Amino acid sequence: MGETKNILIVGVGGQGTILASRVLSNVLQKIGLEVKVSEIHGMAQRGGSVVTQVRYGQKVASPIIPEGQADIILAFEKLEALRWLTYLKEEGIILINDQRIDPMPVIIGAMEYPDALDNIRQRTRNVLVIDALKAAQEAGNVKTVNIVLLGLLAKFMNIDQDVWLETIEETVPSKFLQANLKAFKAGLATTENLNLNKN
Amino acid sequence: MKKLLTGNEAIARGAWEAGVTVCTAYPGTPSTEITENAALYNEIYAEWSPNEKVALEVGLGAAIGGARALVAMKHVGVNVAADPLFTLSYTGINAGLVLVSADDPGMHSSQNEQDNRHFGKAAKIPILEPSDSQEAKEFTKIAFELSETFDTPVILRITTRVAHSQSLVELEPRQEIHLRKYEKNIQKYVMMPGFARPRHKVVEARLEKLKEYAESFPFNRMELRRPEIGIIASGVVYQYVRESLPDASTLKLALTYPLPRKLLEEFASKVETLYVIEELDPFIEEQLKAWGIKVHGKDTFPVVGEILPEIIKQKLGPLFGEENPKTKVQDPCASFPNVPVRPPVMCPGCPHRGVFYVLQKLKLTVTGDIGCYTLGAQAPLNAIDTTICMGASIGAAIGMEKARGKEFARQLVAVIGDSTFIHSGITGLIDAVYNKATTTVIILDNRTTAMTGHQDNPVNGRTIKGETTKEVDLPLLAKAAGVNRVVEVDPFDLAKLETTIKEELAAEEPSVIISKRQCALLAKNFDTPCQVITAECIGCLRCMKIGCPCIIKEGKKVRINATQCVGCNLCASVCPSGAIRKEGAANG
Repeated sequence: MGETKNILIVGVGGQGTILASRVLSNVLQKIGLEVKVSEIHGMAQRGGSVVTQVRYGQKVASPIIPEGQADIILAFEKLEALRWLTYLKEEGIILINDQRIDPMPVIIGAMEYPDALDNIRQRTRNVLVIDALKAAQEAGNVKTVNIVLLGLLAKFMNIDQDVWLETIEETVPSKFLQANLKAFKAGLATTENLNLNKN
Repeated sequence: MKKLLTGNEAIARGAWEAGVTVCTAYPGTPSTEITENAALYNEIYAEWSPNEKVALEVGLGAAIGGARALVAMKHVGVNVAADPLFTLSYTGINAGLVLVSADDPGMHSSQNEQDNRHFGKAAKIPILEPSDSQEAKEFTKIAFELSETFDTPVILRITTRVAHSQSLVELEPRQEIHLRKYEKNIQKYVMMPGFARPRHKVVEARLEKLKEYAESFPFNRMELRRPEIGIIASGVVYQYVRESLPDASTLKLALTYPLPRKLLEEFASKVETLYVIEELDPFIEEQLKAWGIKVHGKDTFPVVGEILPEIIKQKLGPLFGEENPKTKVQDPCASFPNVPVRPPVMCPGCPHRGVFYVLQKLKLTVTGDIGCYTLGAQAPLNAIDTTICMGASIGAAIGMEKARGKEFARQLVAVIGDSTFIHSGITGLIDAVYNKATTTVIILDNRTTAMTGHQDNPVNGRTIKGETTKEVDLPLLAKAAGVNRVVEVDPFDLAKLETTIKEELAAEEPSVIISKRQCALLAKNFDTPCQVITAECIGCLRCMKIGCPCIIKEGKKVRINATQCVGCNLCASVCPSGAIRKEGAANG
């Protein structure tokens, strides 16, 4: 029996993490794996910190990823990447959207927005940062940031591209399909590699 | 066919497969999606009831009337529905009735983390606890069988992790259940003392039968592995145990009330050291101890919060020769003290924001209630003094006035949402009138039950099935309760709002102010975003006091995040120098 793999998707309520995790979990189911997904929502949809945990393998028991066990963290926002960094495995990789969304303590001036990327690079080697908003704009729809990031995730998952595209087609509304497919391919075609930022 | 479903979707599916035709609920995280999904089936009549008590009453009417009924609510909702629940235990049902209690250990979205297994024990009715979505569906169906076999309501108790986690579920066809015959039977269904006394005996006899049945209940499962450690678990914690301690002997309990004494004794005899791992209260542990079974539980595991897999690994992993895991269980924020928290906030364009800005400006004491507007308690609005439960704002304001006098009430308001007011605020308002308080109540009418995800309610004229229906006329309702002073205001008209609040506070009688504007996530109330004309900004930062996530401080002045701003103009109306205008608007 293969081991259970863990992907943590983090972001801010309203960024589209839920759609991204839905596509991901459907892809995993499609290739015949057992999948469990845990999503905490409720008050979180009001601009709070949101997290989706996706676990997959031949057999999965708990729907929750223990701290320090995520193989991949896909972060839609920099501060959230830092917040959840303790969930990353030592050899795990963290993919980060270079976007800043100020939380209320920063907005009201009670706290500073930290240098998240610097903090993360000091603690882990496998960091990749992309500007998904720019890629989404280039794909023709700023709202496809989540699918750009999904494409980036796919780059590290070794699953046939057609399965992803087919699943996106089944999941997103048809009038946004072309923009989403383009966004996914843009994410997948990311040329930056891990570890480039280490020196 | 297998499908990835949340626990809540699976329960709705299970109800449909079990031939349910009536499903009732009041929305509440983490239970809401059960009823939303049940409503999608044409064979099921579904409703949002005004509160959980009505939901259970409609459910019991359906069950006594001969149809299988599912009633869903969050844990604190069962407090509201407890009155019918306890006596329904006496009457029993006709067709099956299952009450889903969605508990929230860790309080992801709740005001407390009470353990509702106590309700099953107190009302003497069985409790089933599924551990994933497949079981959520199966146990729903089993619960209906148990309900009818033993003539009792059954509690299906889930927690947030079961409700909101997705796992694969085998889909099966619907079992068509014929409406059972309804026969008048006042000895069974009219609970006055003469009839209730014999029914109590029936309840006790039923419980004895259930105890016997529990011993052979096939879903309570003993899994013998290494004999040194035995673990008793139910619900999602069972999954955590399998994950964290795969070699441990485990007794998985599906029926957690009544408990199978012989099975538990047998399991205890087969292992050297016995643990119960259960979230929240030592419900199973206390019963084991009462039977003289030696067991560890809350001496090792916390009563407060969730019991996550890493806690189990940390506490018991070393007993299996594992090294103490390197990573410690900790709040992720604690490991990076420089990471600001990101609490939920009122959305851009939220109609509640202006109300709380004014309340804070007037330095009033504010009794609050349950809904998005509870966020008005946070900085920078800081405008709420109390939040206890659904509907408590009005009663609390009356009590404060009775304790501290009418002068205090001149500086005191109760705030409550439209759905919450219907749920249990109206009774408080009647109390204010009847007992001669001078309470000022602000109903924050955003035309929806917003916090739980925009469910329709009796005020907005739509049912869960999307049909139009009669709207409750809030002003008329308040007037009928005896309130003479009822005013409607637009919360974006801050000047009018402030004058109105001052006037109503001054009046020596109860008043109701209805602040009416649809939720910003539903309404497209506005057009172009606002912008700050930097040259005109005097840096007073008054606009930051409204707590809008779009306004960002930059140096000594502010700017507006145009991608998030919906152009509600509230910031412009508090700006003393007129520096905030709609994008593209001419200067001056």
